[in-house]
Amino acid sequence: MSIGTLAPPRVAVAAPLPESDRSRAWRKLVRNPAAIAGVLILLVVIGAAVAAPYVAPHDPMRQSLLRRFTPPVWVPGGNPAYLLGTDQVGRDILSRIIYGARISLVVGVSAVAVSLVVGVTLGLLSGFLRGRVDAVVMTVVDVTLSFPPLLLALAFVAALGPSLLTIIVVLGLTGWERYTRVVRAEVLALREKDFVEAARAIGASPLRMILRHLLPNTFSSIIVMSTLQVAQAILQEAALSFLGVGTGSAHPTWGQMITLGRDFVSVAWWLATFPGLAILLTVLAINLVGDRLRDALDPRVR
Amino acid sequence: MLTLVARRFVRLLVVLAGVSLVTFAILHVSGDPVALMMPEAPEADRAGLRQSMGFNDPLALQFARFVGNISRGDFGQSFFHRAPALALVLERMPVTLLLTVIAMGLSLSLAIPIGILSAVRRNSVVDHSATFVVFLGTSMPVFWTGIMLILLFAVRFRLLPVSGWESWAALILPTLTLASVSTPLLLRIVRSSMLEVINLDYVRTARAKGVSEWLVICHHALINAALPLVTVAGLQFGLLLGGAIITETVFALPGVGRLIVGAIRQLDFPIVQAGVFVLALIVVLVNFVVDMLYLYLNPQIRVR
Repeated sequence: MSIGTLAPPRVAVAAPLPESDRSRAWRKLVRNPAAIAGVLILLVVIGAAVAAPYVAPHDPMRQSLLRRFTPPVWVPGGNPAYLLGTDQVGRDILSRIIYGARISLVVGVSAVAVSLVVGVTLGLLSGFLRGRVDAVVMTVVDVTLSFPPLLLALAFVAALGPSLLTIIVVLGLTGWERYTRVVRAEVLALREKDFVEAARAIGASPLRMILRHLLPNTFSSIIVMSTLQVAQAILQEAALSFLGVGTGSAHPTWGQMITLGRDFVSVAWWLATFPGLAILLTVLAINLVGDRLRDALDPRVR
Repeated sequence: MLTLVARRFVRLLVVLAGVSLVTFAILHVSGDPVALMMPEAPEADRAGLRQSMGFNDPLALQFARFVGNISRGDFGQSFFHRAPALALVLERMPVTLLLTVIAMGLSLSLAIPIGILSAVRRNSVVDHSATFVVFLGTSMPVFWTGIMLILLFAVRFRLLPVSGWESWAALILPTLTLASVSTPLLLRIVRSSMLEVINLDYVRTARAKGVSEWLVICHHALINAALPLVTVAGLQFGLLLGGAIITETVFALPGVGRLIVGAIRQLDFPIVQAGVFVLALIVVLVNFVVDMLYLYLNPQIRVR
């Protein structure tokens, strides 16, 4: 159960990135076509989410029984006004996907923020204080790892009552342990470095040592991990919607659209297909960027 | 070696205590378990139930009672099915375990050869396609993958059943769906751990001695690459159980996952608690076994 003790993640220590290294990392990032594609897709998704009222062709909530199950425009019977077709109550699927990007992005980014605060703090404390604090924190990590992912989120969202805030907090509180493990391992290695010794020798306070000397040197890994976690949180939010404990709001979410589409999969394939493609593209884009960031920032890969 | 095993065992017990605490918290996190169980009941009835079920006692006492009960296998009666919650969960367990084990087997039998091939022929077409599939696989929502497979194989081509559990054919789509979660991750591990050992001195020595390429890869490299794979496969088991919950819901399979999801809709918390605890227990035990296996396989630890 404790991979933390058996096979510690091989974490090399990042020296503070000098400027030349940083620009090299940036060059590595932009020279990769997959990463550029990822960035472009992400820009489109973020743009759509922010400007939803201006770019969505229709009101995402407006129903029209006359237009139910209009197929996508390239299928016989399609209507050019509804590019990706309409759903079982005649709502425009493209508009709903555009609005759905809002919830996915908000949940993804906010859940990661919650995980970051909890996970990094515990990792810093655990690695810096060691001893009893470390033992307690690592036990909590082991307990968290014992639950199949999503299962805990499912149970707690149900108990607390589905809402956007609940989903964000619960997803955040079930995804922090990766930061704790990595930050702890890095801090344990950094403690032995000369510059930390020197800071201690000239009488830096513990808080100053943590914030000024230890934390900044874990940024590379934190950036990479949090990018990849945004992708996972988006997938998890969709899965929670599918399992019936969604955001509880009337606003369209991608997961909820797929769930509704499942019931009509034999008569109208487009209902479930397009929101899923939206998730796939967004998550793929984030993963591509995250992976390239890892290559660019992670000293192990360089 | 013995002290290591003993220490692992103590750790197992501590983690199990933590798992029970979290399971206990599911019902108590909202502050009022009775309101959660019967949202429509009048306050007088709720007060009575609160008293009779001991929800007014200190939380520590309630937790002690909970641990006592679950150690005897008593998670309470299901509100909806009027039967012991644990029995209902255990009854559904074989479906979930069968699905998970088959998917794990499929994942490993795909990930190991493809991963080795991609590492050995680095930057070849195989390697690039494998990397592409890994990215695609980790970016797809599981339930959507399942629905798309239904759309393709059950609705469009009418080859396989949409749902159910009656025939082996009905197992194909759920297994593929679930395997799509774990295969990419295992493939990535196999590839990277093979890449790590493949250029080490001892592998080069073996090559220089004239050992055949096939033997070098299978005997010298793979055995050492297998250690991280064992650990990751253990951790993946939890991931697969989580994926099984979703897969069972997509394909309407009578497993624990679907039972839990149904129980959540009916606010049937004894079942939720029993299900969560049993699944976590399985993950803990699997990883304990994996840990032991690791101790046994790793000569560096074994000698000590």
